[in-house]
Amino acid sequence: MSRPGLTHERLVALFALGVFLFTPPFLGIFNTPDRILGLPSLYLYLFAAWTLLIVLVTLAIESSDADEGPETTEAPAGGSEVTSDRMGA
Amino acid sequence: MLTAPTIVIIAFLYLCLLFAIAYYGDKRADRGRSIIGNPYIYALSIGVYATSWTFYGSVGRAASSGVGFLPIYIGPTLTFILGWYLIRKIIRISKVNRITSIADFIASRYGKSSNLGGLVTIIAVVGILPYISLQLKAISMSFSVLVGYPEIVMPAQSGSTPILQDTALYVALIMAAFAILFGTRHIDASEHHEGMVAAIAFESVVKLLAFLAVGVFVTYGVYQGFGDLFSRAASSGDLAKLFTIDGTSGYTSWISLTVLAMLAIFVLPRQFQVLVVENVDERHVKKAVWLFPLYLLLINIFVLPIAFGGLLHFSQGSVDADTFVLAVPMAERQQTIALLAFIGGLSAATGMIIVETVALSTMVCNDLVMPTLLRVGRLHLSERRDLTGVLLAIRRGAIVVIVLLGYAYVRLIGETYALVTIGLVSFVAAAQFAPAIVGGILWTGATKAGALAGLTGGFLVWIYTLLLPSFARSGWIGESFVNDGPFGFALLRPYELFGLSGLDSIAHALFWTMVVNVGLYVAVSLVTSQTIIERSQANQFVDIFGRGAPGGRIWRGRATIGDLRLLLARFIGEPLAEAAFHRFTRERGRRLDDASPADADIVSYVERQLAGAIGASSARIMVASVLREEMHDIDEVMQILDEASELIVYSRRLEEKSKELEAATNELRAANERLKELDKLKDDFVTTVSHELRTPLTSIRSVSEIVHDYPDLPIEERREFLQIIVQESERLTRLLTDILDLAKMEAGKIEWHMADIAPRAVIEQALAATKGFVRKHGKVQVETALEDDLPVVRVDPDRLMQVVVNLISNAVKFSDKETGWVRLEARREDSALRVNVRDNGIGIDEKDHNRIFERFQQAGNTLTEKPAGTGLGLPISREILRHFDGEIWVESEIGKGATFSFRIPAADTRDAVAAPTGASALEAV
Repeated sequence: MSRPGLTHERLVALFALGVFLFTPPFLGIFNTPDRILGLPSLYLYLFAAWTLLIVLVTLAIESSDADEGPETTEAPAGGSEVTSDRMGA
Repeated sequence: MLTAPTIVIIAFLYLCLLFAIAYYGDKRADRGRSIIGNPYIYALSIGVYATSWTFYGSVGRAASSGVGFLPIYIGPTLTFILGWYLIRKIIRISKVNRITSIADFIASRYGKSSNLGGLVTIIAVVGILPYISLQLKAISMSFSVLVGYPEIVMPAQSGSTPILQDTALYVALIMAAFAILFGTRHIDASEHHEGMVAAIAFESVVKLLAFLAVGVFVTYGVYQGFGDLFSRAASSGDLAKLFTIDGTSGYTSWISLTVLAMLAIFVLPRQFQVLVVENVDERHVKKAVWLFPLYLLLINIFVLPIAFGGLLHFSQGSVDADTFVLAVPMAERQQTIALLAFIGGLSAATGMIIVETVALSTMVCNDLVMPTLLRVGRLHLSERRDLTGVLLAIRRGAIVVIVLLGYAYVRLIGETYALVTIGLVSFVAAAQFAPAIVGGILWTGATKAGALAGLTGGFLVWIYTLLLPSFARSGWIGESFVNDGPFGFALLRPYELFGLSGLDSIAHALFWTMVVNVGLYVAVSLVTSQTIIERSQANQFVDIFGRGAPGGRIWRGRATIGDLRLLLARFIGEPLAEAAFHRFTRERGRRLDDASPADADIVSYVERQLAGAIGASSARIMVASVLREEMHDIDEVMQILDEASELIVYSRRLEEKSKELEAATNELRAANERLKELDKLKDDFVTTVSHELRTPLTSIRSVSEIVHDYPDLPIEERREFLQIIVQESERLTRLLTDILDLAKMEAGKIEWHMADIAPRAVIEQALAATKGFVRKHGKVQVETALEDDLPVVRVDPDRLMQVVVNLISNAVKFSDKETGWVRLEARREDSALRVNVRDNGIGIDEKDHNRIFERFQQAGNTLTEKPAGTGLGLPISREILRHFDGEIWVESEIGKGATFSFRIPAADTRDAVAAPTGASALEAV
């Protein structure tokens, strides 16, 4: 219970996704003077990708049981059991 | 109408509102009903990241580079995705160690080094000065612009106005006053400023709403929405190029700013303050990882529209793009929105200045001034009763000095740089902490020397590539320093160091500082070693999630609990110290008696409490002074280690002992084997003796029975039978004598009549004694060869004769009756008597050479061949010679005869102890 297992990995994956979304060369695809829905494509893309990333992070962390004890790693005794029960269910 | 007094009064009222919120927050905290104990306030307080750089500067940046302002906000978003692990880890470490600033964190990680803490503080203060100056500049600029309402007049160059008429100076002084009010009203062991956090969170809301209001007004009030705004921009020629990132250099800048912002979000002193120090519950991080990025996203949506609005509104260069947020509403005669924008900008700037100066003053006090003062013995500071006043004075002084230095910087560089550029200089400086922090929590091998080298190197490169050029631009050093390099060395041009061109100054500086910083950090760490305390801190930092509680420490102290209570009271005041001790008793369920000696548990508790007030390194010095340098003294630790190694030596000795025991056991086992063998031999002996005795007895008995049963036997036959009885009886007697002799000899019970004699006589006697026996044995010839000067030997003459007789009769017995011969030789050999008895008999197989000297062992197979003797002659001879310090052996081959030899050392070579005379020896016989 000392590490939030899958949540941690999901977040690392989302970090990688973020790096991918916000750096060239992928960024370059939208780096054109065109406008989509009246908005510059890069501007629209950046904010859309940003929103998407925040939504995904929210889903990843809020759906997790990655609740650790506030002070120490010794979480309440029932904590880990609850987690495993839910995972089993 | 907006006049200067109106604006000042409104601004002042706003600041008072903030203070009221802070005051309320503190009161609630005192009553234990915190208003900041929820993740939303936490996330909003992190919004202190958005300063007037964001509020005014982003628009200015966007007006010149389009979306180029965004990496500063995308970077933190990326870092926050990892925040659940990374930030929470830093928080956990800081809570366990009572860390109160970034300098404390780094110093604590690398062995609570006060040198390192001081260095980090210096870098932070120098590095952040431009950033503070940016805020001062923004406030005074926005004030000057707003005062001109409804005219839009660009403020005069700040450096050109007399100091006393400079708005920025008054702004600086007011900011310092508020920072003192917010951050240093009292000393708190936990270094929580709940009221300040509440005020900061409120400010975050205000600046967000103000910016959104301006954005909505510009987009929908001035223009008809995004589409309209962007299509106008697209059709106005030059502006369309801001829709895109400009090629390779644009991308380089984009990536370097992203990296910079990723680091800055947790290494900037004020971010560390709100993110880590002010965190009340690490579970709040869970919400913050998405709420804070969301906040950044919202505050940035209208940056580009406002920038385009301003660019479309004002003719090229007539209005500074950094003031668009204010200028566009003013140009539209929107007094309320302009005022709201001003308040928003004021919020952004004051929030930053307050938190930043509080964080910096804590560092200056705890990691720079206090360790120095405590080390200066003359001040006797460590003996003063109440130090809370001293601490507060140092912090307040530090705040004033820092803000005034910020003002000095803004006056110096004047209008040369745009807001964002000034801020980025500070970002690069703060980024220097990143390797030491990230490395420190992930890599146990990083050493203090490595961190010192990396930080120093990175900081020096930062000074050279960013700070000095900014001085040069302001005319302080001379423009040629930037353009031609120092003293004309083109290779050392600060913006194109070693010929690295094609990067903007920030990307260039980030590259070189990181190369030097990370390079030195890693390289020096790899070649230096850690002290004991460094190693234990490193393990604790890296493995914070792996362990339950902070590890205990090795220490021995003579201080009492009362000493510690006094110490704590001196720094945080009597009531708080009492409360802390009370909490300790309650949590541990222990009674604390002032007179009893302090144990490691309470010492580390007090040290942590103290660390909250004066920083880890100062706390260590103070506690050590109370404990009379007993703790963490490396010599002491080494001594403890020595004791441990003595234990190792001791256990090694034990090991040797057990090996010896093992050897002894093996010997015992061997001896036991030998005993068993001897026991078996004894059994064999008894069996053999019985057998040997029975043979003559059986024969005597059967012959006697014949004589008895047949009384009428002819006399001839009767005589023959009686002869047999006599012979067998003699043999039996001989056998018994031999057995007794041998047994006595072996038991050492025989009486020896030792005398120094000339051996010739004894040998001749023996020859005479065997004459009859030889004659009975066919034609065997006996020759003798006795040298004249045989040495005198110390022997029992009768026994020596017994040996010689034995050897002669053996030789005769095993010789051929017709052609046999026996040759007896006696001579001096080295200082010993050597006697050989040779024969040309059947010989003895080599494997039997030793066996024949054992009891009842005769050469050949005794079961099939009739034994020709008792089988005890040679063993007896050997025993006798052993007693004479001599030896006996045989040389022989089958079919080639045998030579029995013995040797007795000459008497004159032995100690001439009182020996019985030859006469008395003979008498005894």
